[in-house]
Amino acid sequence: MSDAYSRSGAEVRIEQYGDGPILVRHADVVVTDDGQEHEVERPVVALCTCRRSQRMPWCDSTHKSVRR
Amino acid sequence: MKPPPPRGPVSAATREALLSDPQQGAFLEVRVPDDVGNLLRDDDLQLALWMLYEQSYRAFDGAHDHEWDPAAVAVRRSLELPFEQQLRNAVQPMLTEALRTGGDIGSQIEHAIGLVTGPDLSRFLHREATREQMLDFLAQRSVYHLKESDPHSFVVGRLGGPAKVALAELQYDEFGAGRPDRLHSSMYAVGLQAAGLDPRFGAYIERVPASTLAVNNVMSLFGLNHRLRGAALGHLAAFESTSSVPCRRIAAGIERVGLPAEMAAYFHEHVEADAVHEQVVLRDICGNFVESEPGQRAEVLFGALACIHLDSLAAEDLLVSWGDGVDGELAS
Repeated sequence: MSDAYSRSGAEVRIEQYGDGPILVRHADVVVTDDGQEHEVERPVVALCTCRRSQRMPWCDSTHKSVRR
Repeated sequence: MKPPPPRGPVSAATREALLSDPQQGAFLEVRVPDDVGNLLRDDDLQLALWMLYEQSYRAFDGAHDHEWDPAAVAVRRSLELPFEQQLRNAVQPMLTEALRTGGDIGSQIEHAIGLVTGPDLSRFLHREATREQMLDFLAQRSVYHLKESDPHSFVVGRLGGPAKVALAELQYDEFGAGRPDRLHSSMYAVGLQAAGLDPRFGAYIERVPASTLAVNNVMSLFGLNHRLRGAALGHLAAFESTSSVPCRRIAAGIERVGLPAEMAAYFHEHVEADAVHEQVVLRDICGNFVESEPGQRAEVLFGALACIHLDSLAAEDLLVSWGDGVDGELAS
């Protein structure tokens, strides 16, 4: 992820939960490293950090199968 | 819906009592045996308890108001207290083991979930289930998914601070995040309809065995009792953290057997939603809750274990009813 922002100017909160995904709150748009913009459609989104998600940039919990 | 057909003396008497005027005192005549036997697999008793709980959600067409009728509450207590005790007994060794691991509550819950063994239903649905079996699964699951997240909403008023904020945030997403078409229970109904199944609440209640009724009843037991608020949060944690990956497999299974996209959409929605919810419930809800009420740690773990234990029983019963063993590839 290179950026996450809110069009209304609300403060975006970004937190990493352990070695799991990054959780983003109050963002409207997530911009990935390739410059592509992804609309945010839920109040909190989880961004993949293991890079194995089949729904990039969103986490699909694949990291759990990988860890096991 | 109308109160469902009874499956034995206690559910028959409960059904009759619900349909009668409270002045008649019919609940005083409902007799629950002192020695209830294995409640987790008792169709009659689980159905009676399910009907009693349902009064606190949508209630029944044609029934009178017995929600706080003291005699009805007494019957509910005589069923739910042994239900709770049997669940505690069933998970006790795993609870002791999970507590021994130490660490934060999130990792303890994840560890506890791994201690429960059972068949892997989602793998079967992904690769092997026939179209008929998939439809049966979807019909049986409708007993919960058509009132998805309602039981855990009772807990919001029992929390304060960051745990309350996080639970409200999760529930907001479950309830459509401001968009009625994204209400999860409605998405499920749309999927059922598209798949040619009956989308009305309770339509398949006659089809589900005791273990699936117990899966539903445990959420009401935890949600409706203040003293079990920790168990309710642990239950939610276990539910959410065992959902994302299975939902991906189930969605693929639905597509494999050729059922419509609306039905698969419900499960696709849960892959992403529950990947988020899992993090929120483990850290923000349970983490903050245990920090504010340290004495509740074991209760949270009890709730998590009760969830997985009952899910395993229900999965086992479903696979057995389809003629599939629970050994070999199905066992995880």
